Amino acid sequence: MSMRVLHGGVLSLLQDAGRFGAHRLGLTNGGPMDFEAFHYCNQLLQNMPDCCAIEISVGGLQLESLVDTWVCLTGAEMPLLINDQECERWCVHPVAAGDRIRVEYAGRGCRAYLGVADGFRIPPYLGSASTVMREGVGGLNGVALQRNDQLPCQANVRRRRLYLPLSEQPRYPGQATVRVIPGYQQRHFNRTEQRRFFGAPYAVTERSDRMGYRLSGSAVRCNINGVLSEGICHGAIQIPPDGQPIVLLNDRQTIGGYPKMGAALRTDASRLAQLRPGDTVHFAAVTPGTARRILSLEQRFTLRKTLREH
Amino acid sequence: MLPSLSPTMQCVGADALMLYFGDEISAATGAQVHSATALIDAHLGNDVVDLVPSYSSLLVIFDPLQFTHVEMTRRLRAIFQREAAEPSTGSRVVELPVYYAAETGPDLTTLAREAGLAVAEVIELHSAREYQVFAIGFAPGFAYLGELDERIARPRHASPRERVTAGSVGIADRQTAVYPADSPGGWNLIGRCPTRMFDPEGDPPMPVAVGDRVRFKPISREQYLALGGTLP
Repeated sequence: MSMRVLHGGVLSLLQDAGRFGAHRLGLTNGGPMDFEAFHYCNQLLQNMPDCCAIEISVGGLQLESLVDTWVCLTGAEMPLLINDQECERWCVHPVAAGDRIRVEYAGRGCRAYLGVADGFRIPPYLGSASTVMREGVGGLNGVALQRNDQLPCQANVRRRRLYLPLSEQPRYPGQATVRVIPGYQQRHFNRTEQRRFFGAPYAVTERSDRMGYRLSGSAVRCNINGVLSEGICHGAIQIPPDGQPIVLLNDRQTIGGYPKMGAALRTDASRLAQLRPGDTVHFAAVTPGTARRILSLEQRFTLRKTLREH
Repeated sequence: MLPSLSPTMQCVGADALMLYFGDEISAATGAQVHSATALIDAHLGNDVVDLVPSYSSLLVIFDPLQFTHVEMTRRLRAIFQREAAEPSTGSRVVELPVYYAAETGPDLTTLAREAGLAVAEVIELHSAREYQVFAIGFAPGFAYLGELDERIARPRHASPRERVTAGSVGIADRQTAVYPADSPGGWNLIGRCPTRMFDPEGDPPMPVAVGDRVRFKPISREQYLALGGTLP
C-alpha cells in the first residue's frame, strides 16, 4: 500500500515532528519548517500529531495514489489538483487507487504539507522519519523525494471530511515580525547595535534554506568576534562578522561559535519559513515571561479552533 | 568530595537554557560539563528534550509548556546542590588507530615543515597525548578533541577543501578531529583513521561521547588496510 512519486518538485521532503535527543551525536532536529501548518495537516486528517507528511517547498510535487485513502494539503498557497480537478486546501479529500495528486507552484508562501490518513509509514531513524539531507538521514535514504519513490501508507482507514474555514486559515503575506528572546551574547552588542537590530527592516536573501534564513539589511556589530563553540537552539539568531543576521532553523548545525543575539519564537520561525527572497522581516524583543504567555495562549487558541465537517 | 557545580544559567530561547561553566577550553571545565550532563541524564532524563554539551557550556532544551525557565533553573540547581559532581577520572579512554602518511594526510609534510619538525616528530606529538572529547557537532559524529600540543597547532585553511575523505584526521588550531563522513572541510589533514566515527546502524552510532578520552595509535599502511581503511 503506497503512493508513487511521479515528480518530486523543487524540494519535497518526508517530515514528521522532528528528531529529538540526538544532538549529542551531532544530529540536528529536522522536522517541519512551518510547525503550525504541519500541525493542522495532521489535525485535520485526525492523525497522531507526529505523523509523517511531505513538506513541499515552492511546489511541483506529483503523486499517484496506489491505495484508497484520504489526503490533506495545508500551508503555502499551492493549488491542489486531484485528477486535474482543483480541490480545497486545508480540507480532507478522499483519493482512490489510480488517482493523481498534483501540487502546483505557490502563489503565496513557500512551504506546504501534504498529509495522508495515518501518515506515511517510514521507518524512523533515531526516533524520527524526518529527512535531513545534509546528514543523509531520515525519509527514504536521507534524500528528497524523486520519481518512482514508493511512499508506504495505510489503506481502508475511516476519516471525516474535516476542513478549516477560510477565515481561520493562516495567511502568508510577504513579511513577518519575528519575536526574539534576547540571550546568548546579547550583552556584547551595545545599545545602538541592539536598537538597530530591533528597529531596522531586513530582507530575506536567496541564501535561505532549511538550515537557516540569511537576511540582509543594516549590519549589526558585536564587540566580540566569536565565542567558544556552544549549543545552538532552534531559532537562534547568529550575527557573523559581516553583521547580517542568520536565523538558524530546523537543519542548523547543533553547535557554533558566532555571536548570537537571542532566539526567535517557534511560531514566528514558522512564519519566517514561509517567506521568500526579497520578503521583509522585523525583529521585536520579548521577555521569557511574555514568550510563555504567547505560547500558552496560542495553544489554547489552537485547541479551541473548530474544525468543520463537509 | 568535589565541590558542587554552580554554572551561570541563562535563558537563551523559549525552550532553552544555557549553562556556562567557564569561558575557556580546559580539561577541568570540560569535566564539569560532562558531570552536569551525566547528572541531568540521571535525574531529569524524561523532563529534558535534548542536551548539547560543548567546551564550557551545556544547552538544555525542554518543553516550555511543561516547565518555565524559572522552574527548570530551580530543578537544575537543586540537582547540582544535592549531587556531588562525579570525578571525571572514570571516563573511558578510546584508542583510535591512524595511518599517518602523505598519501592519507595531504597536509602532513607541509605542517611538519612549517612547524620546523620532522614528519616523525609530528606523528609522535599527535599520538603522545590523551585528548578529551570536548564537543560533538558540525556534522553527525564529528568530535572536537583537545588540546593539541602547541608545536603542531595550525589554523584552518583559508579556503576549505571541497571534499575531505571520511576518516581523515585533521588539525585546526589546538584541536584535532576525525572526519566522520566525506564533507567539505578546512582542517589540516595528517592521516586517516579506519574506525567509523559515525555508523547510522551502529548501537551506539559513535565510538566516543563527550567527556571520553581519546588516544591515537600510529599504524602501518598494512594495518590500516587490514582494518578496512581505504586509500585515495
